[in-house]
Amino acid sequence: MSVLEMRDVVMEYRLREGLRTTRLRAVDKVSFELPPGRTIALVGQSGSGKSTIAKLLMQLERPTSGSILVDGEPMQYRGARAAAYRKAVQMVFQDPFGSLNPYHTIGHHLARPVKLHHPDFSREQVADRVAELLRRVRLDEDYVGRKPHELSGGQRQRVAIARALAPEPAILVADEPVSMLDVSIRLGVLNLLAALQREENLGVLYITHDLATARHFSDEIMVLYHGAVVEHGPADDVILNPQHEYTQLLAEAAPAPERRLAELGH
Amino acid sequence: MTLKLGVGLGIAGVIVLFGVIGPLVVGNPSTVRDMGLTGPGNGFLLGTTQTGQDVFAQLAYATRGSLIIGVVVGALTLLLSSFFGIVGAFVGGWADEAFSLFTNIMLVIPGLPLVILISSYVPNKSIWLVAAVLAITSWAGSARVLRGFTLSVRSRDYVLAAKISGEKRWRILFVEILPNLIPLLASQVVFAVIFAILGEAGLSFLGLGASGSFTWGTMLFYAQNGLALRLGAWWWFAPPGLAIALFGAALSLINFSIDEIINPKLRSQTRAERNKWSVKA
Repeated sequence: MSVLEMRDVVMEYRLREGLRTTRLRAVDKVSFELPPGRTIALVGQSGSGKSTIAKLLMQLERPTSGSILVDGEPMQYRGARAAAYRKAVQMVFQDPFGSLNPYHTIGHHLARPVKLHHPDFSREQVADRVAELLRRVRLDEDYVGRKPHELSGGQRQRVAIARALAPEPAILVADEPVSMLDVSIRLGVLNLLAALQREENLGVLYITHDLATARHFSDEIMVLYHGAVVEHGPADDVILNPQHEYTQLLAEAAPAPERRLAELGH
Repeated sequence: MTLKLGVGLGIAGVIVLFGVIGPLVVGNPSTVRDMGLTGPGNGFLLGTTQTGQDVFAQLAYATRGSLIIGVVVGALTLLLSSFFGIVGAFVGGWADEAFSLFTNIMLVIPGLPLVILISSYVPNKSIWLVAAVLAITSWAGSARVLRGFTLSVRSRDYVLAAKISGEKRWRILFVEILPNLIPLLASQVVFAVIFAILGEAGLSFLGLGASGSFTWGTMLFYAQNGLALRLGAWWWFAPPGLAIALFGAALSLINFSIDEIINPKLRSQTRAERNKWSVKA
């Protein structure tokens, strides 16, 4: 399993207002292909359908029409193929404070996916794998027995990344993985993600609204506007030569010291 | 452990111990003696009733009876409210709609008329029947509370993460969701026990309680029938009344403490504690 593809995917929600129902098109004919080892940034404002695409990929929602293909085969929601898909596609959530169960230890969060992936592992093997996962995300092994509330936001997000890596996925969906973190530790988490991607040859869908990190960490950028992809191309092209007016707006909204200095120089 | 929790557990513990051990050491509470209404003393710690029955022995058996009602109703309420509240909310869709509708119907069925109805069909009501009726009429409220909280927990990211990693549905419910509901369940059960004991006392006082068994409510009922208040026989009606009040207060204190553990914002601070953090000009 390697290439993930969305083909003309449409997702509509039915909204009920009394007896009337209206339809909200959250995702409008989105198509893209995510090969291994590549990072695609999905950029758009709030409500543009970024998280809905993540939910569709995680099988938390079913598309109204269109198809999600894995190596050219349609994705399955039941049976052995669905289980294989779930192992291959993992997700890092936006909110590190909500994505870890406050009742369970860090060890539990990492051991469960390991056990689900390797039902034949002994207790020691699971513990070894959990320790290895913690090392991979640059955390001490003694975090195993800690509860989430004892960790900082950045540490929690590292645990969430380790959990996503536990089933040895081929594709990682990162839904605004640093937007809830302090600015000072964002770069560390993003560098970690980039390093892990290179080590594992992961295909990464990096969902964000931050153009600067999107350009820095991705090969391609897809701009989403009202559910539809309005621009898709190599990262530098999209940022330096935006075609769609929404992308132009977005690019101009980003702080650019050079531009400001040039204005002051006149 | 806060003072509140300590006091609550202390009082409740003493009453529970009395209810468990008391009946084993006192004499038969129904023995009629030819001595009439006598005050405390003369070998009877809390005096005797109009028919010469030992009030202390009656209180011991009544404590046991009331506690049984409380425990049974607490357990049944826990089972019914978790099933209809948590399972419905977790499964969602039509199951949730159906369970929710059923909960709402049960919520508006008044307990008292139902008991009167049942008592007219069953001449000899056992303590278990009364407990069952109280449980059936009281679980709906906490089921609604549990449903709301489960709906909120169900859509949290850690539950989605468990789903994504391929956990089985029952494991998500029992391992990921249920532990987060434990404080809420505990406080609901404590409340159900208070409600049951007070409700049973009320029913018994009206003469609708279990026949042929002792509870705090039946003691008050017989004291009322025996004109204890008018005769000034405080030793007859005060002990069961005090027991109800103390046990209710103790459980409420425990309940407040659980609430404070769930939501630390409810902890009352002293003014001095609050001022410590304020910025002095």
